[in-house]
Amino acid sequence: MSGNIMEQNSTWSIMNVRLSHVVPMVVASASIMFAQPAEAAGTAAGTVITNAATATYDDAGGNPQSVPSNPVTVTVDELLDVTVVSTDPSNIVVQPGNTGRVLGFDVTNTGNGSEAFTLTANGTLGGDQFDPTVTSIYLDDVSGGGTVGVYDPGVDILYTPGSNDPVLAPDATRRVFILSTIPGAAGDGNIGLANLTAAATTGTGAPGTSFTGQGQGGGDAIVGTTGADGVDDGGYVVQTATITFAKTQAVTAPASLGGGTISAPNTAVGGVKAVPGSIITYTLTATVSGSGSLSNVAISDAIPANTTYEASSMTLQGSPLTDTGDADAGNTSVSGTTVTGINVNLGTLSAGVRSVTFQVKIN
Amino acid sequence: MRIFLALLMLLVPGVALAANDVVLNSSVFVEKAVSDSNGKTKVVLEEPKVVVPGDRLVFVLNYQNKGVAPATDFVVTNPMPGAVAYQGTNDQSAQVSVDGGRNWGALQVLKIKESDGGVRGARMEDVTHVRWPMRRTIAPGASGKLSFRGVVR
Repeated sequence: MSGNIMEQNSTWSIMNVRLSHVVPMVVASASIMFAQPAEAAGTAAGTVITNAATATYDDAGGNPQSVPSNPVTVTVDELLDVTVVSTDPSNIVVQPGNTGRVLGFDVTNTGNGSEAFTLTANGTLGGDQFDPTVTSIYLDDVSGGGTVGVYDPGVDILYTPGSNDPVLAPDATRRVFILSTIPGAAGDGNIGLANLTAAATTGTGAPGTSFTGQGQGGGDAIVGTTGADGVDDGGYVVQTATITFAKTQAVTAPASLGGGTISAPNTAVGGVKAVPGSIITYTLTATVSGSGSLSNVAISDAIPANTTYEASSMTLQGSPLTDTGDADAGNTSVSGTTVTGINVNLGTLSAGVRSVTFQVKIN
Repeated sequence: MRIFLALLMLLVPGVALAANDVVLNSSVFVEKAVSDSNGKTKVVLEEPKVVVPGDRLVFVLNYQNKGVAPATDFVVTNPMPGAVAYQGTNDQSAQVSVDGGRNWGALQVLKIKESDGGVRGARMEDVTHVRWPMRRTIAPGASGKLSFRGVVR
């Protein structure tokens, strides 16, 4: 009967189901058992599907009769299917030269049998600006040693192909981490992709490919729509920042000399025409560029010799700062009763310009 | 099944036993898409060598009255195998049940009681039984074919 198509079978054949002494049955087949609810992965490999029908009728004598059909059975074979999905919602921010940077993936057995999967990671993909060097693959420890779903150094399990290939029940998911080194030459804003592939150890191939006798329960294993392997990309993005400082000054003559601004070139640092009583306004500018940020940025400057700090003259972005160490970003360094320097804590800076000003009076 | 029948016979002795002359033959086919020499894809029905979840099955029931007397009030009932979701039949006279054979009707009039107490319309995958209440007489020698579709869950 192999390969029979229905058209060839349309000439009906009598099966050996003739039962001559059957008592009336009240559709006893109605009390059939229900199978387990279907899982996403489908009917479990090895399940036997049996179908049988019942005909009821009244015979010539008016007696109810019931005839069961022959049962037909079909065994469900193992479907090999797997998906891999990156668990990182966006690219992981890294700096050049970083090591052990983590990408997460979920490997899910979408087949209907228990299956082991071989994992491979690849950092040399196209469509990016640098190649992360994949150094290892880790399996999330689910025995309670660490946080499930999060890479726990020293707890999660180093993966060795062929040695501890994760075995997943139908519908089961395992979190997998790949660790990479970021090349030192990677520039700001550059993206580097790496992927994880999971392949059924029974085999992969075009959907429908059959592995005779290799399915769970001894049946065949059939490659499903995923090709029995899955892959997904994760990405790293380099974010660096650089900072430059600049200092300028402006000198204002004392009121006794008319109060005007002393003209260039006397405004240059070290200008020679400043006279006692002149006010010098120093502007300190920090310029951050790049897509990253810098933390704990602070600007300090000493009060030059032969000048005296003008109390409460500090500003940040044009807003005054108090001289005392309080909630605002500025304070002064004091020696005895003399202010010797100013300090402004700018904290974490992303790209942009921050300017601080303060004033001194020439003694 | 045989033991079950034997038990029934023990339990109901003395019932008139008539010759059981109607034969019901069940068969199952799986739909496979095949490409012909022109590259066209067509669907053929094959004897299932293997099935996997998602495979589409066609169940065929052939009946024939092999006796010499007519069979009246003829009804064929087929419980759905648990691993198969009902996918309909072309036969408008067919009825389905979604509660193990207690209530019957067209799918669109049947309801399912949810575990949270709500009620929703029955769906194909809820079907537990399909039957053909033909209620007609099958003359001696007459035969017919019934079929319905299912998909491996």
